[in-house]
Amino acid sequence: MAVLDIRDLSVSYSTPRGSLRALRNVSMTVPEGKIVGIVGESGCGKSTLISSIIRLMAPNAQVGSGEVRFKGTDLLARSEAEMRALRGTEISMVFQDPMQTHNPVLTVGQQMVDIQYRDKKPKAEKLKRAAEMLALVGIPDPEARLNQYPFEFSGGMRQRIAIAMALMARPALLIADEPTTALDATLEVQIIKRLKELQDEIGCGVLFISHHLGVIAELCDEVVVMYAGEVVESGTVRDVFHNPAHPYTAALLDCDPGHIKVKTRVLPTIPGNIPDLVNLPKGCIFADRCDKRHKACDTRPALWTARAGHRAACHLIAEKETA
Amino acid sequence: MSALLQIRDVFVRFHLRGGIFSSAGTIDAVSGVSLDVEEGKTYGIVGESGSGKTTLARAVAGLHHASEGSIIYRGQELVNLPEAEFRKLRREIVMMFQDPIGSLSPRLTIKSLITEPFRIQGMKDRDLDAEARRLLTMVGLPPEFASRYPYQISGGQARRVGVARALALDPKLLIADEPTAGLDVSIQGEMLNLLARLQDELGLAIMIITHNLNVVRHITDKVGIMYLGKLVEEGATEEVFVRPQHPYTLALLAANPEPDPDAQLMRVELQGEPPSILRRPKGCEFHTRCPFVQARCSRDVPAWTTHASGAHRCHFPEIWTREVQAAS
Repeated sequence: MAVLDIRDLSVSYSTPRGSLRALRNVSMTVPEGKIVGIVGESGCGKSTLISSIIRLMAPNAQVGSGEVRFKGTDLLARSEAEMRALRGTEISMVFQDPMQTHNPVLTVGQQMVDIQYRDKKPKAEKLKRAAEMLALVGIPDPEARLNQYPFEFSGGMRQRIAIAMALMARPALLIADEPTTALDATLEVQIIKRLKELQDEIGCGVLFISHHLGVIAELCDEVVVMYAGEVVESGTVRDVFHNPAHPYTAALLDCDPGHIKVKTRVLPTIPGNIPDLVNLPKGCIFADRCDKRHKACDTRPALWTARAGHRAACHLIAEKETA
Repeated sequence: MSALLQIRDVFVRFHLRGGIFSSAGTIDAVSGVSLDVEEGKTYGIVGESGSGKTTLARAVAGLHHASEGSIIYRGQELVNLPEAEFRKLRREIVMMFQDPIGSLSPRLTIKSLITEPFRIQGMKDRDLDAEARRLLTMVGLPPEFASRYPYQISGGQARRVGVARALALDPKLLIADEPTAGLDVSIQGEMLNLLARLQDELGLAIMIITHNLNVVRHITDKVGIMYLGKLVEEGATEEVFVRPQHPYTLALLAANPEPDPDAQLMRVELQGEPPSILRRPKGCEFHTRCPFVQARCSRDVPAWTTHASGAHRCHFPEIWTREVQAAS
């Protein structure tokens, strides 16, 4: 069974200009013990999706339709008290900026004890557990480090502490929102490796959000590509990265300079901008930037199956089959 | 012909404020850097947070004071140059700052922003409307943008405005600090292509500061890798990418995962965290994290060794490069 199963989720924001439709009919699953990556650029709806899962949405957000099923039950139907009990125990998060996730005036040990407030254990035991977690994420001399304040740690270490705190309760689902973006490349590699090891050990499902295609390729089992509030492609990392079925995915992969082996003065780009989400275009959401645009693109494509477990919202797939 | 910009043994030193029980000290954010930027060429400075790359760039632009060494631009010494003199030079040496929206005043229109350099330099004879049109067209923005405000444009467009403003006075040297940081992959190429095109058209020399090696590969002629305020390797870009001579360069290259799940990983893992420049390691400053460390590395400071296409600061590149080749 999937840990997380999002079905047909639509979320909009009311703005002075009208309803901004940030997510439209989004479906995706995180199978138990798997790492699923979400790739997408600014404005693709990643943040709205995360806030819908943990139900920490902006006041002007409305859920139009859909379900967010966690271990089989819909989170959108839970009460606020039930959600609060879930966050941090069953579902936890690692945020992008490790410099701002900790309380600057409390020691790391104190913060790690505080988040175990649900357990009726003596403090000494909680501290022991905190030290174990720090050791697990590779912080040397953890007992002594518990007495230090966040500013005494580097960015990479703070992000590791954030991961240790997120995994402390052995959650069933970890949501990592660009956890390595603020870190240097050599530290990014360390964190990714550590995250994978911990995930193996704890066996939780991970939803990993990143715009860094290389990191997704290395870490994730499956990948979901989002564009302007829709899922345009999903499948195993191997299928999607080797045989992208949606022109947006293909173009995005082409644009990654890590992909281009021969030195060039002219790098590929995707011309144009994402469409206005208040006045949506009629047909395919990517049509006006797509180099494979044709007649059929005036109507909205369904998510077609390119091969088993690999789907994309492009008319070309259906046309190839009928041809 | 001598280089447009010659940086020689430059130190940028900051004074630390002492606490009640500790005495004030100094740190060298840039610690003895020498490099040349040739006319019409692009030099990339690569390094991670705290490597001193931005401090070096700001020293060249006159925004930090170099404590030692010399920075010679077209035969003129920039270190200790009076501010009034430097102001004249800012027609020729311009800097593009990292944060695209933050570096544009929210209260000024795009037109006033990109024509501000003319006002600052007291060039009253210019037709500012015509200049604004010329500059916007040059960076590929529609002329109507002149009347907009920064909050009405996207991040990518704000970068273009930054380029237009930097190039308003037809400079000779452009210093671009992280020109693609925070941009989506699909438009990062646009920015780099724009810089490359303008360089060809205007004959600009560009000093580009970045932590992203992939960006550097395609648009620079020469590249310098910085670690703890020093260059650890320098050379012709393609050469550095294909045959790195310093383990840190190799680690940076390997830390750029390709978007391919089956890619052959030549993973070089660094141990631990970068040391603080308050406590520089003895010997080779990279030895605390180096995967190929030898006994000698913690004792002897490696010399800056030049070879056919560049230079490096490593005791035994020939030993570990052979090891790496054998492994791959």
